[in-house]
Amino acid sequence: MIPVTHYLALAAILFVIGTCGVILQRNVLTMFMCIELMLNAVNLTFITFSRFLNQLDGQIFVLFVMTVAAAEAAVGLALIVILSRRADSLDVDQANTMKW
Amino acid sequence: MNRFVPQMFTEWGTVDLNYSALLPEIILSLTGIMIMLVIPFVPTARHVSLGYPALAGIAVAFLSLVATRATWDQRGEAFFYGMVFQDPFALFLKVLFLFATAALVLIAMNYLDQEDRAQGEFYALLLFATVGMCLMAASADLIMTFLGLEILSISTYVLAGLKERERKSNESAIKYFLLGAFSTAFMLYGIAFVYGATGSTQYLIIAKVIPTSESEPFLLLLALGLMLVGFGFKIALAPFHIWAPDVYEGAPLPVTALLAVGSKAAALVALVRILFQALPALSPEWQVLLWMSAVLTMSIGNIAALTQTNIKRMLAYSSIAHAGYLLLGLTAHNELGTQGILYYLVAYALMTMGAFAVVQIVGGRDEQYIQIEDYRGLGYRHPFLSVTLSVFLISLAGIPATAGFMGKFFLFAAALESELYGLVFLAILASAIGIYYYLKVIVLMYMGDFQEETGTLITIPLSLRIVIAIMVLGTIYLGILPGTLLHLASEAVNF
Repeated sequence: MIPVTHYLALAAILFVIGTCGVILQRNVLTMFMCIELMLNAVNLTFITFSRFLNQLDGQIFVLFVMTVAAAEAAVGLALIVILSRRADSLDVDQANTMKW
Repeated sequence: MNRFVPQMFTEWGTVDLNYSALLPEIILSLTGIMIMLVIPFVPTARHVSLGYPALAGIAVAFLSLVATRATWDQRGEAFFYGMVFQDPFALFLKVLFLFATAALVLIAMNYLDQEDRAQGEFYALLLFATVGMCLMAASADLIMTFLGLEILSISTYVLAGLKERERKSNESAIKYFLLGAFSTAFMLYGIAFVYGATGSTQYLIIAKVIPTSESEPFLLLLALGLMLVGFGFKIALAPFHIWAPDVYEGAPLPVTALLAVGSKAAALVALVRILFQALPALSPEWQVLLWMSAVLTMSIGNIAALTQTNIKRMLAYSSIAHAGYLLLGLTAHNELGTQGILYYLVAYALMTMGAFAVVQIVGGRDEQYIQIEDYRGLGYRHPFLSVTLSVFLISLAGIPATAGFMGKFFLFAAALESELYGLVFLAILASAIGIYYYLKVIVLMYMGDFQEETGTLITIPLSLRIVIAIMVLGTIYLGILPGTLLHLASEAVNF
């Protein structure tokens, strides 16, 4: 029996990796994948608590989160496609036409 | 082995599908879907007129609220398996959001009229965003709040990038999308910890469980911090405001108005519900965090606005500053504070939307006249626009006899009631700085040298004329006779 803290720790590690990725990576697609990683860390946390509390609620939330993440991915990828056509680059540092 | 017997089915024996609680959302969604379906059959030249069905949908939604008026007083009771409230607080905000959206549709019709390629989906997305805002105002469950927020956010990601041929709009959308999704992840992680610590995501149950020993204080504090980061991004509170000016500048103007008014207000009231209804037990902790954020937000917003040359960007920083004032009401955590927030949201919606409506008209085709310098001599060229813009800016600056002053007065009074003297002092200092950049525009409009070549012919559609006039009258009325609205707000704050 693996204790609940192990699952939570794994989720926390995934979340931190995702956060660092978003902050450090400069490619829009990679940043987006890191955000997805963060969402999956949240899902893992939900499932862990759901199992720990002996409730089904947490697992249903995961389904909601996955649905929303899919919708977000559809919109996000469309935006990324438009940006790459317009700017010929997926580097966020190039997205600097507006400052101050 | 009954480890996985679903408890919720036994707990939630009664079915409470109270459709009247969700009527406006249902009507708005159906109207939005209908517009989407009709778009392929409408010739491009007539896409602008799809605003009329959108307006009709908003009107029907409003009428449905009027018709079910009597049912909107069920305080402390949640419907749809504990997902939504049907209380006066939700009613107040839904009415506000419906009026704001109606004004936005009219601004958008003017905007789309000037575009080469009108896009009818603008209205549908606007309606979906409103559905999200209404759900957030009525939400009784963290998951519902999350879903409402995402309905709102995903619609606004698309709206911000709708001018897909323009680099600025692309950038604005991608920045908003990345940071929005990033902040959502934080908020969700916070929700997961609340769930872990209390075993529920319903506000009322969370509030009941927290004082007992069942909940983990460490997990709850972590959850509080993560959720505040998430909401901080959405409301554009310092230090999470960096995205706002860029996104506001690059997005099409009606969308900027939607982000500045709708998104901000919806996220703020969702935060009010979470902090006051679910986590009142943690108020010492969140009061400290919000105190710091309020000071930062007010000072950064006002000081950064001083140096702006683009009026959209200036209004963006001004809206950041106004979120800071609204935080005073949250930090105060008393009844007057919540009343003040509701009052200020109405005032803020009136003056900000009004200002954006004028900026939209002056900006003209492709938003070419968007610099503050373009307002030089507007007072001579177009008295109606300059007088109304002056009223909105004076109100935003918080000068007496305007709605902005009264709203600030209630918020500051609430903070004083909670003995937050330092915070009120800093807020007054910050708003004094703010007066400078608002008055700068007014001075330029009336006292700048009038140059003939900048003068272009500006035509104002009758509908926008009426909307702007109503907003001016509302701004002045609320500044002189705050009684009626304050009474409504005081009825709304008893959750």
